[in-house]
Amino acid sequence: MTPEPSPSAPTAAPPVPSTRPAATLQRRLFLVGSLLVAGLALSVVAFGDLGEDLVYFWDPSQMAAAGEDAVGATIRLGGVVKAGTVQWQPDANSLKFIVTDGKVEVPVEATGAPPQMFREGIGVVVEGTLTKSGVFTSDRLMVKHSNEYKAPEGEMSAEERKTLYTTVEEL
Amino acid sequence: MATTQSGGLRWEHGLLALGLALLAVGHVQGLFFAPAEAMMGDVGRILYVHVPTAWADMLVYTACFGFAVAALWTGKATYDAAVEASAEVGVLYNALLLFQGSVWARPTWGVFWTWDPRLTTSAVVLVLFLGVLVLRRVIPEPERRLNLSAIAAVLAYVGVPIVYFSVKWWRTLHQPFSSPQTVDGSFITPLRLAAFGMIFLGAGLIGLRWRALRRGLERDLATPDLPAAAPALRLPGEAGGSAAGGAL
Repeated sequence: MTPEPSPSAPTAAPPVPSTRPAATLQRRLFLVGSLLVAGLALSVVAFGDLGEDLVYFWDPSQMAAAGEDAVGATIRLGGVVKAGTVQWQPDANSLKFIVTDGKVEVPVEATGAPPQMFREGIGVVVEGTLTKSGVFTSDRLMVKHSNEYKAPEGEMSAEERKTLYTTVEEL
Repeated sequence: MATTQSGGLRWEHGLLALGLALLAVGHVQGLFFAPAEAMMGDVGRILYVHVPTAWADMLVYTACFGFAVAALWTGKATYDAAVEASAEVGVLYNALLLFQGSVWARPTWGVFWTWDPRLTTSAVVLVLFLGVLVLRRVIPEPERRLNLSAIAAVLAYVGVPIVYFSVKWWRTLHQPFSSPQTVDGSFITPLRLAAFGMIFLGAGLIGLRWRALRRGLERDLATPDLPAAAPALRLPGEAGGSAAGGAL
């Protein structure tokens, strides 16, 4: 579609610019250039092995491998809540459990009530520091949801639905 | 070319109506007929809002990229207008996406926000496309505005596949890709309805904005030596923004 000269444009307007050969060539060079830069940037991110440097959380093995260096630093630690290790004391506002990646186990002490989805066997990410005694003290506990969305087995009663929000009390 | 400023039903109105209808049907199904999610309960129903927004936003940004390529290749105002229209809708969906994600994250993860790769890259893409829109408002020369904002849109689009693959490339708190294998069958139909709803709604919104912007940009580009009519002062809602002073 050729741009129509607008009725209100001055009659002495220069020729329509977008059809000037020089302008067209320049624009198309811009196009090729930006596509090249974009492609390059994407491939650097995709194939540049940034994964090693860009880690949102450590797993217990990585923290163990860091040894003494890990002590005292602020760390995000991710793993699974080991079954049978959760101790929740509402009065003391204290939550203790073990985070594991299947190889290394780290005892965690957190403060505050955990999110409602917190339970044994679920993935968590805890932010905090590793103390000299080997206990990880956390002031921020996050629960990792998997990409599985399941319907409950059988009909869910209103009662059961409610309990989903009160997992904390049941621990 | 249609000249009426108002009145008359157009294709974009059809898309908007179709989008809203699909969203309505999808959400009635998702909220009232599909079962609650086994672990998250009713909170999990935000799935039907969040995931369709994410899919649609990706498509909107992809359209923006395509329009930017076409604008640079042809120099035509119609594509220039489409770049702006789709960048606006992309930014809108992106902002909605981050908001919905926070609302979902607080009860499930326990936090509104964390600097996880998926969240961080989504926020970066929002800022990049906001940058495209800012560029369009600060460059008064029509040709330069077309060129630079289209280049910026092509470059900003790099972030979109990075957001998509972030859950695969890096460790995240955000869940990885869902697929029909990981989503219960009873959730899939409302999810799909809502997804098509968001896509058609987005296409309709782009159409509305494209029509509002196109004529002003055609006029701007036809008189390149004159700066456009104070684009910095043009409000997003103002139809045919430069009509007032395009001719000077």
